[in-house]
Amino acid sequence: MLQPSPWRADFPAIAALQRQHQTYLDSAATAQKPQALLDALAHYYGNGAANVHRAQHLPGALATQAFETSRNKVAAWLNAEQASQIVFTHGATSALNLLAYGLAHRLEAGEEIAISALEHHANLLPWQQLAQRRNLRLVVLPVDASGHIDLEQALQLIGPRTRVLAVSQLSNVLGTWQPLSALLAHARAQGAITVVDGAQGVVHGQRDVQQLGCDFYVFSSHKLYGPDGVGVLYGRSQALPLLRHWQFGGEMVQVADYQSASFRPAPLGLEAGTPPIAGVIGLGATLGYLGSLDASAISAHEATLHQHLLRGLAERDGIRLVGAPDTALASFVVEGVHHADIAHLLTEQGIAVRAGHHCAMPLLNGLGLDGAIRVSLGMYNDGDDLQRFFSALDQALELLR
Amino acid sequence: MSLPEQAQQALDTFAQGKGWEQRARLLMQWGDRLEPLTAADKTEANRVHGCESLVWLVAEQVDGRWRFKASSDARLLRGLLALVLVRVQGLAVADLAALDLRDWFSQLGLERQLSPSRTNGLHAVVQRMAELASGR
Repeated sequence: MLQPSPWRADFPAIAALQRQHQTYLDSAATAQKPQALLDALAHYYGNGAANVHRAQHLPGALATQAFETSRNKVAAWLNAEQASQIVFTHGATSALNLLAYGLAHRLEAGEEIAISALEHHANLLPWQQLAQRRNLRLVVLPVDASGHIDLEQALQLIGPRTRVLAVSQLSNVLGTWQPLSALLAHARAQGAITVVDGAQGVVHGQRDVQQLGCDFYVFSSHKLYGPDGVGVLYGRSQALPLLRHWQFGGEMVQVADYQSASFRPAPLGLEAGTPPIAGVIGLGATLGYLGSLDASAISAHEATLHQHLLRGLAERDGIRLVGAPDTALASFVVEGVHHADIAHLLTEQGIAVRAGHHCAMPLLNGLGLDGAIRVSLGMYNDGDDLQRFFSALDQALELLR
Repeated sequence: MSLPEQAQQALDTFAQGKGWEQRARLLMQWGDRLEPLTAADKTEANRVHGCESLVWLVAEQVDGRWRFKASSDARLLRGLLALVLVRVQGLAVADLAALDLRDWFSQLGLERQLSPSRTNGLHAVVQRMAELASGR
């Protein structure tokens, strides 16, 4: 076999999907889960669920310990200084909404928020709506033809009125690493708060928040082979206290009477209500599994597969890549063939890829496209998966042309 | 109630359990038979949203019976639209309200095309039909 994945058997769903004649190439939407995660969920639910941070009984102590161990693992995974810089949310979307609400008090009418033209709706709409609520200007940093934020223009557009810069690390449509070090350094020099959407980037290798030098970093567990319903917000020690509390309820409160209350600091003060306990424990198990592997071997495997994917697309007539993807995924359109027709026929042949606007409508519109097909890779994919995709694509195009 | 002639023909053609390639070819053939829309038909009001492709559905009632036209810029969806239209064309208003299009696609062996997770647009078109039929 071309390019086998040494980790494929660690993900039981891949074999199950194969028995259903499904080839999974949609990991940028959500990833399959390792056995270690399934075991952790079964262990937690099978040995005594309990709420965290509030019960004095033994199951509560064990759940809290497991939950806080996951916080330590996430901190280590991101190379954060302390576990208390990690806030658990219900997803990357809710982490970004937390930021857009938590930072709102720092913004005055007429000030600016800068995002890029390639943002996922999750890192566009919370800021767009904040801008509308507070009468701010949303500045959109342009993207060049290769799919990278245009640095020259961006550095002009980010100025003293910029209060927040919120950008993706790795584009979910274009598969391009963004020039974060220059952007973040410039924005910080202008006094802006910097937010990095790491939903895709965290999966594919670059995840040292200290080196990155951002104020906030956000990712979602389910794309990183963890459970869904869990998001992570990292905040720099000096940045976290800038966030106002945004959701109110159990666990986040210090003292409450009927008319007033005081609240805990981050992280618990930003985790109102019962958190996704099993999910957080499961994410910890996933990180334990990933941490036991050779990260450079995974990167090398993904890079080889990605080359294979790009080569195969380039060999075929009439296929146009969207941007120039660096890693993990490729989006494309086919001249004279509607992406919905290709998607239809790939689905008929058991190829699970994503078609459409990929939650980035303004980006696609800006590129003059009404949609594209996206093939995205996980560590469990292998050369045979791509072979099956290409033969299905060839069959589909033969029928449609 | 007996099926309209073209609907019976569709049923005979599609219900023979052919492979995906044959099904795709048939859908494209049926899509080619759709009456083309004029520019005047392609209004925002006739757009069906919730589709990955552009889809229009033009509906009018003539003497208590429905007259539909539909199209899309995606070929296979045009085929699926044609299969909707042969079933509903000319139905009395009350008959459309009573019609289960989901069941119709099941009979054709195409029920998977109607899943709400599919963004091909058929689901949205069928919902629009139901709204029209109930007078919403």
